[in-house]
Amino acid sequence: MNVLESPTRTGGPTIWEEIRARGVSRRDFIKFCTWMSAYLGLESSGVADVVKALETKRRMPVVWLHFQECTCCSESFIRSSHPIVADILLDKVSLDYTETLQAAAGFQAEECMHRTMKESRGEYLLMVEGSVPMADDGAYCCIGGRSALEIVQEAAEGAKAVVAWGNCACAGCVQAAKPNPTQATPIHKVITGKPIINVQGCPPIAEVMAGVVVYLLTFDRIPQLDALGRPEAFYSRRVHDTCYRRPYYDAGLFVESFGDENARHGYCLYKMGCRGPTTYNSCGIIRWNNGVSYPIQSGHGCIGCSEAGFWDNGPFYQRLASFPGFGIETTADQIGLAVGAATIAGAAAHAVLTNVRKHHEIGEQPGESASLAPPPAVAESDEPTKE
Amino acid sequence: MTPEASTVVLSTAAPVFKRVYVWELPVRVYHWLNALCVLVLTVTGILIAHPPALASATEASFSYWFGVNRFIHFAAAYVFFFNFAFRIYWGFVGNQFSDWRNFLPLRRAQFRQVWSVLQVDVLQAKNRPIEAIGHNALASFTYFAMFLVFLFQVVSGFAMYASMSKAWFPQLFAWAVPLFGGDFSLRQWHYLAMWFFIVFTIVHVYLVFYHDYVEGHGVMSSMVGGWKFVHPEMLKGNGRSWFPLSPRPPRNPAKPPPH
Repeated sequence: MNVLESPTRTGGPTIWEEIRARGVSRRDFIKFCTWMSAYLGLESSGVADVVKALETKRRMPVVWLHFQECTCCSESFIRSSHPIVADILLDKVSLDYTETLQAAAGFQAEECMHRTMKESRGEYLLMVEGSVPMADDGAYCCIGGRSALEIVQEAAEGAKAVVAWGNCACAGCVQAAKPNPTQATPIHKVITGKPIINVQGCPPIAEVMAGVVVYLLTFDRIPQLDALGRPEAFYSRRVHDTCYRRPYYDAGLFVESFGDENARHGYCLYKMGCRGPTTYNSCGIIRWNNGVSYPIQSGHGCIGCSEAGFWDNGPFYQRLASFPGFGIETTADQIGLAVGAATIAGAAAHAVLTNVRKHHEIGEQPGESASLAPPPAVAESDEPTKE
Repeated sequence: MTPEASTVVLSTAAPVFKRVYVWELPVRVYHWLNALCVLVLTVTGILIAHPPALASATEASFSYWFGVNRFIHFAAAYVFFFNFAFRIYWGFVGNQFSDWRNFLPLRRAQFRQVWSVLQVDVLQAKNRPIEAIGHNALASFTYFAMFLVFLFQVVSGFAMYASMSKAWFPQLFAWAVPLFGGDFSLRQWHYLAMWFFIVFTIVHVYLVFYHDYVEGHGVMSSMVGGWKFVHPEMLKGNGRSWFPLSPRPPRNPAKPPPH
């Protein structure tokens, strides 16, 4: 695990002090800490760690950059179900620079970002929303006259760690879908030498985003990541594994078409193209909008928005995607059936050809006549007839 | 049993066939176990991809057929893998016909035979005997390609399985998921490769019929009893072996053919 240096800023109130000043009760604060610990999968003693961290640590400098994206990650984040999340993470933890939420603009904003990068060099967290266009010298995404690539590389240089929010920053999302005209590139491909946390999803679940930030704040280290750089606490299980409709899958009870009797029964949406079995996310547990629901609960299959290339794996309403290079609706089945039929036809033609071209070798050859052999010994009549 | 004894009643002009023990018992067991695994994996695999609507208007707690189907798929995958691994091992300890060196046409004689088989059996442009007692060189090379697909199915299958298992063995293959960009595309390729097995089986079964029909060497029954019937002169040429035989002694050198 990457152990990071303590991100404390000297002086100033701690996070808890700031929250208290805003009128949050001790009880609500502890509830928040407990809640975050549960999301992170910490043991009960971990709650105390979170409480202590928030009581003693000061605001964490954050630079939050936006590139090719729709800001749905920010929108998700600020709609986190618990008000403290927005409070501590947006108002207090800081966001020294973020295009969406800051009051400053133009020169003022740029100066603010550079001041943070200078004063908190090696301490600040870089959070990135959106992909970086590489085509045409990055002309498709420029801020303040500089390309996204320049900005993110400069910002990453002094950052302690990089958090890539959402599918855009983790895998390129829709703008990286074929043919990817701007050559949209995820953050982990343009930044090297820094720990990068991929918080996947389009957008990621607000509580997952908050959980990652609280983890970084509490433990000063990168959470345990999977092979694709995603925090294992939230992305180690498939939507399928935690789906409340899973028993219907195992029982072979499937929705055959939207609106049918099986759909009314709430059967598994596997045959409607649900991507749950191949998608790693926490939707089945944390759910969305204060835990109200998630796509499958609302009767629609998962579209796999936290997986790389999910836009190219369409159509969303069939389990077997169209196959690249064979037109829009051609699946592996159609290709396989065509090749199989061609093979059978080829074998049949070859069999006919064999009888024509090799008829001299087929069957009885000179000197192999069975009539030259002695007549078979009496065999059939030996068996006594059964009554 | 001498050739004279077996053909005494036939004309002396008849070709004198000699029995050769080609496929040892472990190779035959491997073949049929493999065939069974491929059949089971294909059928259960198609069912996983396209589950039929067997029931509706029932409680999920009364049924588990899709789970059982998947279990059979995963269990058969283990058998398939270890059977495959055994066959590779047998390529190093088995007889000359199962030797691993058959499967790569690295020698000029093998390469020439690949060309020869293409002309004689596939295109049927020429007609001359192919000197091959075991697999011919083209067949062997096709099996090598098939082994690569076996390997791909094992890697992709266990990689997908790794996320639902805590066992160490599937975890060995978990690296394949990020390599293919995620479970979804890996599943897609795993599924497409299944069609290779279907097409392969069509060609394989057809060619067994073809060789049995045209050459009469008993290739079809050879995978049951192990014996093929060949012209003695074939035992002299490349049909006997592509490579200098290893110094290891033959198995049961004095064993007479069973009566």
